[in-house]
Amino acid sequence: MSARMLARILGALGFLGAATAAIAAGADLGQAEKQPTNWTAIGMFALFVVGTLFITKWAAAKTKSAADFYTAGGGITGFQNGLAIAGDYMSAASFLGISAAVMVGGFDGLIYSIGFLVGWPVVTFLLAERLRNLGKFTFADVAAFRFSQTPVRVFAASGTLVVVAFYLIAQMVGAGQLIKLLFGLEYWIAVVIVGALMMVYVLFGGMTATTWVQIIKACLLLAGASFMAFMVLWHFGFSPEAMFAKAVEVKSGIAAAAGKSPADAAAQGFSIMGPGGFIKDPISAISFGMALMFGTAGLPHILMRFFTVPNAKEARKSVLWATTWIGYFYILTFIIGFGAITFVLTNPQFLDAKGGLLGGGNMAAIHLANAVGGNVFLGFISAVAFATILAVVAGLTLSGASAVSHDLYSTVIMKGKADGAAELKVSRITTICLGIVAVVLGIAFEKQNIAFMVSLAFAIAASANFPVLLMSVLWKDCTTRGAVIGGFLGLASSVLLTLVSPAVWEVTLGNAKGSALFPYASPALFSMTIGFVGIWLFSMLDKSSRSVQDRAGFVAQQVRSETGIGASGASGH
Amino acid sequence: MELDLTTRILKDPRYQQLKARRSRFGWWLTLAMMLVYYGFVLLVAFDKPFLATRLGAGVTTIGMPIGLAVIAFTVLITGFYVRRANTEYDALTEQIASAVLK
Repeated sequence: MSARMLARILGALGFLGAATAAIAAGADLGQAEKQPTNWTAIGMFALFVVGTLFITKWAAAKTKSAADFYTAGGGITGFQNGLAIAGDYMSAASFLGISAAVMVGGFDGLIYSIGFLVGWPVVTFLLAERLRNLGKFTFADVAAFRFSQTPVRVFAASGTLVVVAFYLIAQMVGAGQLIKLLFGLEYWIAVVIVGALMMVYVLFGGMTATTWVQIIKACLLLAGASFMAFMVLWHFGFSPEAMFAKAVEVKSGIAAAAGKSPADAAAQGFSIMGPGGFIKDPISAISFGMALMFGTAGLPHILMRFFTVPNAKEARKSVLWATTWIGYFYILTFIIGFGAITFVLTNPQFLDAKGGLLGGGNMAAIHLANAVGGNVFLGFISAVAFATILAVVAGLTLSGASAVSHDLYSTVIMKGKADGAAELKVSRITTICLGIVAVVLGIAFEKQNIAFMVSLAFAIAASANFPVLLMSVLWKDCTTRGAVIGGFLGLASSVLLTLVSPAVWEVTLGNAKGSALFPYASPALFSMTIGFVGIWLFSMLDKSSRSVQDRAGFVAQQVRSETGIGASGASGH
Repeated sequence: MELDLTTRILKDPRYQQLKARRSRFGWWLTLAMMLVYYGFVLLVAFDKPFLATRLGAGVTTIGMPIGLAVIAFTVLITGFYVRRANTEYDALTEQIASAVLK
């Protein structure tokens, strides 16, 4: 069903006109101006591509079975997987978007990044090891463990594909804008390069290549960001107070130059040190926080990574490493944002006539790279930003492909009788289709404001995938009917509420200000409630014979989810 | 999994112990994380001036250490759970496994 629904929604959004910047919700990469061709950056990126293609060749030799393709044969260690998960999370949008948000709003940028981090402990405490103990390839394996396979798989595949589609479009458009900006290439060339390379990684190297591309990129990004933060702190004698003081001084100076009175200018300068306009009302704040916190626990491309490790112990280690790296990364982006205030906003080389950043607001980290490390380091950071998008879209595509081949083709259509080779073939065909769709949509959405798409993906993941997963694993009375109806209600309500929220209804669709039916920044508080209540209500009302079987299956499921005894070893060869 | 294996595990008092302990620990820590995060968000929503209070004579505000503390807390609480699960709970699980898989 939802492919059609999605097509309709995308169609509805597709023909609508240009828009202005939306609220921070989506870490928007924005519209970018084309820059002169940057050969250093292209050279560095070419090196990355050559390196990763060798890895793909090595991975292809190891990718023989469906288990190899989906989960790298379960042979990834907790430490490696932690880096890969962190890599999935540290997208170009979060690197450039959060450092830019800190440059503009100071403390507000920190609030934003904290929201992205706090879901990880919840994933660890409630889901990580249970996922590993119950699942094999996709999160639907877990959600459908004791239920009637067909309806739950159809729901899970819909949830996966919708989340993947929005996330993928956001990444593709971001890639095109970014590469136009950093490399001076045409938008469509950039989108095609991303699509083609991503297909090569996934098609030939499966999860092994996708994971290693992600690990390498995560290391490069962490190293580059560490270097930038170090240079900034070093300049201030490792005194955060000195850095903050200079940033406040710069911001006050800008306000004074804009014609503010000295007292107002000083107040505006100091405002970066405390919360500003990012969170307006408590309901938006809580709702947005819920989307970020629980969306993390429902993102299919992240959940899939729990099946690449051999056992529950390694699964727990992966989240600990991931949380550590992501937390460290957000501290770095915070320092980078303040560094951008002091180094970039004070240097006319990086500014246009109106005092804005050359190339757009998201260039904060990129200009800072130039300021602290010169042209070669600028090339390095640009190449890493490109690599980041590439690695993230590869992971997204792989999770979309496995939803189609493992959940829909193998389980729903072939009723579990498909052989591994046929399933593998279907996932490769799906990879090609998704790659083409991603490129086409990436080009179609070039001029659209896609800021809402990442936050929509999080809201859907939190309202549809997460409630079904949590209730099926932890609540004994949950039934097939309850999970499927509640899950679809969560999915539909999060999409509809986003459609009539200010970010889409007013900013993207161009309706009059104040006409949005749903006034809050994120639907999660409401749509998650609808999802959970739906699952509860329709499970309680369910008196079918299937429901008896569903409830009876809980004990065995729980034994396995708690102990892992009977779980497929390293994803079974 | 065969049914008798499930029954044997269910009869093992160590399984009941594992289940109860881990579930209690997990939910308490979840609650702690929610309190810290939503406490922070509500502080942002309702008391912005407090977070913008200066520490001493400089420009550094109390919001900065609080924000960093939330990040540190997130990592530490995850580490706290993982450490206990990877030692205590896994040891219990292994005992159960070796008892029932003979």
